[in-house]
Amino acid sequence: MTFLTFLRGISLFRLKRSIVLGVKSLWMHKLRSLLTALGIVFGVASVIAMLAIGEGASFEAQQQIKELGSQNIILESVKPTNTTTAGEQERSLILEYGLTYQDITQIQATVPGVQITVPSRRVKDFLWNVSQSVDGTAFGTVPWFPKMKNRDVIRGRFFTEIEMKDCSPVCVLTESLARNLFPLNEPIGQTVRMQTSYFRVVGVIEDDPAVAATESALEGSAESSEGMEMIIPITTLEDHFGEVLVKYRSGSFEAEKVEYHEVTARIEDADDVMPAALAIQHILEQNHEDLDYKMTVPLDLLRRAERTKQIFNIVLGSIAAISLLVGGIGIMNIMLATVTERTREIGIRRALGAKRKDIVMQFLIETVILSGAGGLLGVGVGLAIPLAVTQFANMVTIIEFWAPTLAFTISVAIGVLFGIYPAFRAAGMNPVEALRHE
Amino acid sequence: MSDFSSDALVENGLTNSLGAEGCDHRKPVIELLGVEKHYQMGSVLVKALRGIDLKIFPGDYISILGPSGGGKSTMLNILGCLDQPSIGTYLLNGTDVSNLSDDALSLVRGKELGFIFQSYNLIQQLSVVENIEVPLFYQGVSEKESRETAIELAIKVGLGKRLDHRPTELSGGQQQRVAIARALANDPAVILADEATGNLDSKSGGDILEIFDQLNSDGKTLVMITHDEDMAERTHRVIRLKDGGIAFDSRTEN
Repeated sequence: MTFLTFLRGISLFRLKRSIVLGVKSLWMHKLRSLLTALGIVFGVASVIAMLAIGEGASFEAQQQIKELGSQNIILESVKPTNTTTAGEQERSLILEYGLTYQDITQIQATVPGVQITVPSRRVKDFLWNVSQSVDGTAFGTVPWFPKMKNRDVIRGRFFTEIEMKDCSPVCVLTESLARNLFPLNEPIGQTVRMQTSYFRVVGVIEDDPAVAATESALEGSAESSEGMEMIIPITTLEDHFGEVLVKYRSGSFEAEKVEYHEVTARIEDADDVMPAALAIQHILEQNHEDLDYKMTVPLDLLRRAERTKQIFNIVLGSIAAISLLVGGIGIMNIMLATVTERTREIGIRRALGAKRKDIVMQFLIETVILSGAGGLLGVGVGLAIPLAVTQFANMVTIIEFWAPTLAFTISVAIGVLFGIYPAFRAAGMNPVEALRHE
Repeated sequence: MSDFSSDALVENGLTNSLGAEGCDHRKPVIELLGVEKHYQMGSVLVKALRGIDLKIFPGDYISILGPSGGGKSTMLNILGCLDQPSIGTYLLNGTDVSNLSDDALSLVRGKELGFIFQSYNLIQQLSVVENIEVPLFYQGVSEKESRETAIELAIKVGLGKRLDHRPTELSGGQQQRVAIARALANDPAVILADEATGNLDSKSGGDILEIFDQLNSDGKTLVMITHDEDMAERTHRVIRLKDGGIAFDSRTEN
């Protein structure tokens, strides 16, 4: 009830005058007001900046994971790291490791809901266009590769099932490879050579987003063979390069036999992804003695990323909350000092007809102006920080429209919260004693 | 005090202060009936005022004198509605204000009373005009109207050229004139002045007293708390306080 009557006592005219008065009083002590508001400035700025950077980081992570496909399970062959076995293997000439035909057949036969698999193999060597060469990879896979990997064909087309069946010498180049091999002319219809085989270019596909991200981060650095891929039907790859890959590099001789470098399995129902992953893991554990494979479950990564983001948000939120709390306490401290300092003014105003609530309003408004101005400044700084981070650290930052609004509202709320006590203390003074105060 | 005797006092006082034009049955603007003020100082009960009966009529020009500790300040606080009597009744303009709530008292102060203090008590961050506007603001007078009133009053006390000056840019006499203008802003029933010339040199003090004389002849009711006998001589009625009681009232003595 008292609060209602309190509200009724506030007319718009009085509010305006009180605000003008508050600004005047604060302006009398410019440096003090600025320093007091600084706590809120930093608090609000850190809220906005942290939210923007956090959102950006998690967006980037989620984007990369989503590129992998949330219904996919990705299996990769990994060269065993055990050096002693590698030495023995070298003597037996051919290093054999990785995913096998048997693995894949077994997975398809026993794991329910496995829809399509995208097997792939890689051969690393120089890719030639007449006189130009690029260190790259021949990447054998299946026609539904673009759909499974969420990658768009930019120009031309992807190879077809018939071409795969026929082991046709056709290829699709990644964007960066196309740019390197055919800087001036149209790649489609041209021929690319690897070792002694020739392939006709039928299309250009966008770069692997994960590779593209690292590439752009290292912009201007030496050309890497990452992402320089010539994608051909897996059957064609086998036809031309066989199962055993022989490499002559800087005088050394290396031969390895890998049946699949990478297999992507798609699970029909997103809910079945985790059980299917467990089943696949089980099969692989039985079939392989060494850990010569790696399983990536994007959905699992996504969930982990979300959990990480949650923890991240809690940590950032607590830091921001603490800095705002400290700012609020700073404001309260100064307002209490101000109230003492202006005891006499309070007495005068009371003698001249100010009610208690008028005094409360006056000091509360002053506090809110202080914190609100700090909030506005903080929003400005907070919007500038993510821009600078994007500019200099090359990180994605996302400023949600509600973040500055929220931060500003919080700053005003802090003004009210931490202003109430000093204001009521001011209003509670005995007018006689306040007038006598020196 | 019996009814009869208090009536007699009134008649006596009126003829004294208003002379030939006296009107016998005017209502007093201030009426104190058996007012006492007690303070608890540790285990001792101090009676700052005891059994005060006082009537102040519209147009009165009164000085209240007394030794320090005689109850002057307490009297001012009670008359100014800054404090409430422990015992007794205080009627201001016919309304009993001895038991009002804090808010109601604030309203009464703003509406019926004008204060002039020894140390001027202007608000430092406000200009001359804004200082005069303070009581009007708390009465909810519109911005335009209060600005007009304030400027008019500033001109009246001779500060027409210093409307936008800050208190620190004014001399003591000028500051006190701002305070007088401020006390007049709400056209109060009574103006209370507490040692109004105490901080001023005799020249500026004299100027202020002339303004008071002028105000009284314009029909304002003035009550001055002072220890200055010369100042008391200018007023039409002198009340001396001693040990919390009225020791002398020129109205009754004559």
